[in-house]
Amino acid sequence: MAKKSFRQAINEALAQEMRRDPRVVLMGEDVAGGQGAPGEDDAWGGPLGVTKGLMPEFGRERVLDTPITESGFVGAAIGAAATGLRPVAELMFVDFMGVCFDQIFNQAAKFRYMFGGKAVTPVVIRTMYGGGFRAASQHSQCLYPLFTHIPGLKVVIPSSPYDAKGLLIQAIRDDDPVMFFEHKMMYDDMDEVPDEPYTIPFGEANLTREGDDVTVVALGRMVKIANEAADALRKQGVGCTVIDPRTTSPMDTDSILESVEETGRLVVVDEAHPRCGMAADVSALVAQEAFRALKAPIRMVTPPHTPVPFSPALEDAYLPSAARVIEAVRATMA
Amino acid sequence: MQLNREQLLAAYRMMRTIREFEDRVHVEFSAGDIPGFVHLYAGEEASAVGVCMNLDHRDKIASTHRGHGHCIAKGVDVEGMMAEIFGRGSGTCGGKGGSMHIADLEKGMMGANGIVGGGPPLICGAALTAKTLKTGGVAVAFIGDGASNQGTTMESYNLAKAWMLPAIFVVEDNGYAESTSSSWSVSGSQLGRAAGFGIPAVQVDGLDFFAIHEAAREAVERARDGGGPSLIHAKLNRYHGHFEGDAQTYRGNGEIERLRAEHDPLTHFRKRVTEAGLLEGGQLDAIDAAAKSEIDAAVAKAKSAAMPPLAELLTDVYVRY
Repeated sequence: MAKKSFRQAINEALAQEMRRDPRVVLMGEDVAGGQGAPGEDDAWGGPLGVTKGLMPEFGRERVLDTPITESGFVGAAIGAAATGLRPVAELMFVDFMGVCFDQIFNQAAKFRYMFGGKAVTPVVIRTMYGGGFRAASQHSQCLYPLFTHIPGLKVVIPSSPYDAKGLLIQAIRDDDPVMFFEHKMMYDDMDEVPDEPYTIPFGEANLTREGDDVTVVALGRMVKIANEAADALRKQGVGCTVIDPRTTSPMDTDSILESVEETGRLVVVDEAHPRCGMAADVSALVAQEAFRALKAPIRMVTPPHTPVPFSPALEDAYLPSAARVIEAVRATMA
Repeated sequence: MQLNREQLLAAYRMMRTIREFEDRVHVEFSAGDIPGFVHLYAGEEASAVGVCMNLDHRDKIASTHRGHGHCIAKGVDVEGMMAEIFGRGSGTCGGKGGSMHIADLEKGMMGANGIVGGGPPLICGAALTAKTLKTGGVAVAFIGDGASNQGTTMESYNLAKAWMLPAIFVVEDNGYAESTSSSWSVSGSQLGRAAGFGIPAVQVDGLDFFAIHEAAREAVERARDGGGPSLIHAKLNRYHGHFEGDAQTYRGNGEIERLRAEHDPLTHFRKRVTEAGLLEGGQLDAIDAAAKSEIDAAVAKAKSAAMPPLAELLTDVYVRY
């Protein structure tokens, strides 16, 4: 099977779905690039080249560059979805949700409920998240807990190129509004990715490591860190089950609870802010549903409750690391 | 374009239905039978009807918190609307939306909207669908003078022009954004704003159904012909408060009484068509009586309808979860 990057996996999923279904259109700032400019067409293919090559194949009628107008085009994607297209909008950085959130959480998320089940809004909003790029406070956040909080939205956080392709195809074929999170530090990650289209269902966790001693739940890029920690701990005789929920809405709570019933110990690793985040959410779930199985207090490995700093020295201290996961796992064993 | 007798009768019937609907909701709300927030459209009927008479099944509209008139003009069932406003299971949205969220997508009505300025981006999307799938449809955003100051509205003007969308923006300027005068809150002018985006625009007297109908006809024609977006600035008046229960202390002395006496789009319409010999007074009187009975029946039916079953609390969040 061919090795492909996370970037290629996303691009391939988009291209295959656009070939399959003429209602699938892309829109966003510079998704092609160069519109109206004297130089090259398809100049960017998105700021990190993820959508490069799609405009030449599908034309500007289906790969729509937009002005810098997030409320306008995210709202337009939602309105188009409610009237018969299946748009994939690219919100360049999730940090920009501040200028278009109303259209997502008051409009798209609520149409079906408010309108008595008669609305279908098959929109996908792809967005970049996460730290490590030295992009500072307004271009490094995770923010997926905010979307997970909203009934009516589905939230997808792939942790590998293989998952990215299968989950994105699922997202495009899904009839509900989907927020699709791509970590900006993962685009060059390589993985075996099948050439043919395939889907991965939402709400089904992936167990990336198996062990008897501690359950580690991690999302997105944190899955890599959790795996790294689990591999190191294995050598020291500590077995971890690493659970990647893949989607936070819907979330595979059964897999988490079943594992904790077996291990009796839980560490949750999340790159999002600690308050009202996924780590707190998973911890609350286990405390309520599997309290008697717990042999030790739950541990959360998250950044501190601060904005994301710029300086590499500070940002490295801010982000969760394998060493901190190991420390947390050891604490549950003490 | 000359409207034939059937079209004139239909226009008057729709305007009278809206007026009866709204004045009756006012009474029922005062009696305490309607929960929540209600914003009434009485006085502004010529706009919704004048615009929507130019639309057909291909076309979409997005409305505002003051949405009942747009719903009726786009063909949403009046009994279902009344039941919805009373929170009943037989309502257009099963009682889950209420006055501010009545929608009927099959009729091309994409929803009243609780967010001021929520509709224009959605209409850009509906217009994009029409353009991409080549349906020949157009999409109309009704917005108030309040929403005209929202960033979403101006982003939508720009996007509609950049993408050359079959979109029409109808600014229903009733003089007040809640309690604040549009003469104070709107810098520049609606026409000047449209000009700034290179969007053809016209100001019309919202009292005059015929002026609005003609302006909308031109805008719809331009949109269907690939000529891009248009804007209509309708100056009109609302007879009720911003919301039901609004004491309207910001209004001038006798303002509402004067508006009802001298600036009534229905009276204006009646005078125009009877003086021109297009319709007879008796025909209009019959419509008045029929509209009253229709609304009486809708209210009676809504009041006797069951509340939604409690199981409905948990349905319709997702298509599949």
